[in-house]
Amino acid sequence: MGAFTNSRALASARHITGPLPTSARTEPAWIRTTLIVITFAFLGVFILWPLLTVFHEGFSKGFGFYIETFKDPITIKSIELTLLTAAIAVPLNTVFGLAAAWALTRFKFKGRQLLIALIDLPLWVSPVIGGLIYILLFGRQGTLGPWLIDHDIQIVFALPGIVLATTFVTFPFVARSLIPLMEAQGHAEEEAALTLGANGWQVFFRITLPKVKWGLLYGIILCNARAMGEFGAVSVVSGHIRGKTNTMPLHIEILYNEYQFAAAFAVASLLSLLALITLFLKTYSESRTAQQLREAQELTTLSH
Amino acid sequence: MGVQIRNITKTFNKFVALKNVTLDVQPGELLALLGPSGSGKTTLLRIVAGLEFADPGHGQILFHGEDVTYHSAYKRRAGFVFQHYALFQHMNIFENVAFGLRVRPRKLRPTEDEIRDRVFTLLKRVQLEQLAKRFPSQLSGGQRQRIALARALAIEPRVLLLDEPFGALDAKVRKELRRWLRQFHEETHLTTLFVTHDQEEAFELADRVAILSEGNIQQIGCPKEIVQHPTNTFVHDFLGLDI
Amino acid sequence: MFNRFTPRIMPGFGLSLGYTIFYLSLIVLIPFSALFTKTFSASWAHIWESISEPRVLASYKLSFGVSFLAALVNGFFGLITAWVLARYEFPGRRFVDALVDLPFALPTAVAGIALTALYSTNGPIGSFLFEHFNLRVAYTPLGIFVALTFIGLPFVVRTLQPVILDLHADVEEAAACLGATRWQTFTRIILPALLPALGTGIMLAFGRAVGEYGSVVFIAGNLPLKTEITPLLIITKLEQFDYSGAAAIGLAMLLASFVILLLVNLIQWWNDKRTAHDREEN
Repeated sequence: MGAFTNSRALASARHITGPLPTSARTEPAWIRTTLIVITFAFLGVFILWPLLTVFHEGFSKGFGFYIETFKDPITIKSIELTLLTAAIAVPLNTVFGLAAAWALTRFKFKGRQLLIALIDLPLWVSPVIGGLIYILLFGRQGTLGPWLIDHDIQIVFALPGIVLATTFVTFPFVARSLIPLMEAQGHAEEEAALTLGANGWQVFFRITLPKVKWGLLYGIILCNARAMGEFGAVSVVSGHIRGKTNTMPLHIEILYNEYQFAAAFAVASLLSLLALITLFLKTYSESRTAQQLREAQELTTLSH
Repeated sequence: MGVQIRNITKTFNKFVALKNVTLDVQPGELLALLGPSGSGKTTLLRIVAGLEFADPGHGQILFHGEDVTYHSAYKRRAGFVFQHYALFQHMNIFENVAFGLRVRPRKLRPTEDEIRDRVFTLLKRVQLEQLAKRFPSQLSGGQRQRIALARALAIEPRVLLLDEPFGALDAKVRKELRRWLRQFHEETHLTTLFVTHDQEEAFELADRVAILSEGNIQQIGCPKEIVQHPTNTFVHDFLGLDI
Repeated sequence: MFNRFTPRIMPGFGLSLGYTIFYLSLIVLIPFSALFTKTFSASWAHIWESISEPRVLASYKLSFGVSFLAALVNGFFGLITAWVLARYEFPGRRFVDALVDLPFALPTAVAGIALTALYSTNGPIGSFLFEHFNLRVAYTPLGIFVALTFIGLPFVVRTLQPVILDLHADVEEAAACLGATRWQTFTRIILPALLPALGTGIMLAFGRAVGEYGSVVFIAGNLPLKTEITPLLIITKLEQFDYSGAAAIGLAMLLASFVILLLVNLIQWWNDKRTAHDREEN
C-alpha cells in the first residue's frame, strides 16, 4: 500500500515542474490537511488517548507499586490461568483452521457457503451468548447438568468452561485468515508436487504450510490476543472465584470494582502491551503475506 | 504401448469438455495436441497426468500397458511441466529439482549424495547448474521453464507432459527453447505429449500432431499429412490453408 | 450420479472436511442447539414475558439505538480515515494505520476501564466536558456511545480501505476531463462507488456494537431502564437462575444478528449484481 502511493506520487512529480497544480485525482492541499487533521484528532481522542491512559494510570502510584501488583499471588494465578487457557484454545483452533481452510479452498462441494457462514457465526453473536450456551448445556439446570452432577464432573465455573468459552469466541480467527489467502494462491504448486510423487501429507507440510506461514501466523496472533483478552464470554462461565477461575480480564474487573485503580490498570497495561505486540506482528506478517502474493503473481504473469 | 487414451469423456457440470476421445501416443514419440482455447486439449493432458479424472465408467488411460485410470497423480510418475511452471517459490532451484526424489517412500529414496549427483546431472543437462542456489523469483522466464523441465525429469517419468510450454515466453526465447527441446527429445526419446495453440510450434516440433476442437480429435497425423490432406473444413480453416 | 464416486484430485478431502464438521459441531452447533431447546422448554407465556418486560424493552431501545448512532458516526469518521490512509502520504501514516486496529486487539475490559477513567467527571476529558458544557459522559447513554464508537471504528475503515485502493484512476480522470470539479467527482463518481462498502462497514460496526459487553459495562453505570444494555440483562437473568429467560433474550439477540448479517449479504449481493450489470454494458 505504501509502495503504491509512493510510486504514484513519484510518477506525478516527474511529469510536473514548477508550482504543483491539483492533479485530477487528489484534493486541494487545504482539504487534504483538514482531513488528515480530523483523522489524527479522531483517532487521537478515541483510540490513542485511552491506550495511553492505561499506562499512565498503571504507573500512577509509582514503579514500585506497579511491580508489587504482579507479586500478588491472586494476580499471578490470574496470569497463569490466562496463559493456560490460551495455550489450550489457540492450538485447538489452529488445527481446526488449517483443516477447514484445506477443505474449503481445495475442494468444491455442496454446502460450502453454508459452512463458511457457520464458521463465522461466533464473530456475529455477542460474546455473552458465547458463554450463555455453555451454561445452558453444562450448568446446574442445563441440559446435561444433572448427568454431570451425578458423575461429579464440573465444566462451567471451572477451567473446562473457561477454555470452551474462549475457544468459541476465537473459533474463526485462524480459518478466516487462511481461507482468502489460500484461495488467492491457487493450487498450482500443490498439483506440481503431486505429479512429482508427493503424497497428501508431504504436499501439506512441504508446500502448503511454507506458503501460508505468514497468514497462519497472522491468524494465530489474532486468535491469541482475543483468547487472552476475552471478557464477556469468560465472565459468564467463570463463576468469578478469586484466585481460581479469574482470568486477567476478570481480575481487572474485580480490582477496578474494589477501587484498586492503579492495580487494575497495572494488570491492564500488561494486556495492552500484548495488544501492541499483536498489532506490530500483525502489520509485519501482513506485509510479508502481501509480498509473497506479489512475488507469486509476478512469477506467473511476467515470465520474460 | 506408450500412452493409450481410450474413450475418455469429461463433463464439467453440464459442459462436455471431451467427447469419447481415443488417442495412442507411440513410445518415444513427441506428439502435439493442437487446438483453439476451449477445445479440451489442456483437460486431456491433465487427465493423463491424473490432475483431473475422466467421467467414471468411461474410458481408460494406460501407461506402457498399465491401467492408471484411477491412480492418483502422485502414483503415476508422469512428468508434468505447467504452463506457468508452478515452481516452489520457497525452495531454491536445487530443492525444486530434488523435491520428487525427497518425497519418495523411505525404501526407494536415494541417499543425499545420489540426490546431489542426480540433481546436478539434470541441471547440467538444462545448462543451469550455476543457478542451483537461486530462488525461482530470481530467474528469467526461459530459465524457469528449463528448471520446470529438469524438475519433471528428476522423477524419471514414464511419460512427459507439457502444457503450453512456451506460452509465457517472448518470441525469441520461444524459438531458442523450441529448438533445444527438439534436440533434447532426439537424445532421450521420452514419450512426450504437449499442448499448444500455436500451429507453427506444433508442426516444427512434433512427430505427429492431433488437432482438437470442441472435445473431439478432428485429425491426427504427421505435419505434412495434415497440411496436404486436411480431413474437414474445421482443420482447413483452423490452419488457415488457402483454398 | 457418479460424481460421488469420483476420486478427488487433491488428497485429504474426507479427513479435512470430516474434522471441520466434527469440531464445528462440538464447539458451536451442539452448544447452540441448547439455546433453542432451553428457550422452548419454557411456556410461550414465559418466553414472551422474558423478552417483552419493560426492563428488557428499554435495553433493546438503548442497545440498538446507541449502537446505530455509534455506527453512523463511525461511518462518517471511518470514511475520512480510510480515505486519508489510502490516498495521502504524510508522516505517521503507518502508525495511524496500525492504530486503527487497536480496538480489535485491545481486550474489551481494558478499553472499558480506560474509557471510564477518561470520561468520568474527574477524568481529563470528562471533567472538561462537564465543566464547560455541563455534559456527563460516563454512566450515561453518552458513555455507552463512546465505548461503542471505539469498538466499531476498525470495521468501517478496514472495509472501505481496499475498495478505495481499487478505484480505477481513469474514471476520476475522465470526470475531471469532462469538467467536473473535485467535489462533483467525489459526490457523483467516488461516493456512489464506495456506498456498498460503507454500508457493509456500518452494518458490521452496528452488529458488533449490539453484542458488545466488556467495554460497555464499566462506563454504562448499568441502571435498569436507563443504562442497562441487553447483553448485561442476559447475565442478570442467569444470576437469578432464570435460564430459559436468559436463553429467550439470547435467542432474540441472535435473531437480530441474523437480520444484520442478512442485510450485509443483501448489500453485497445488490452490489455484485450492479457491477456485473456494468460489465455487461461495457
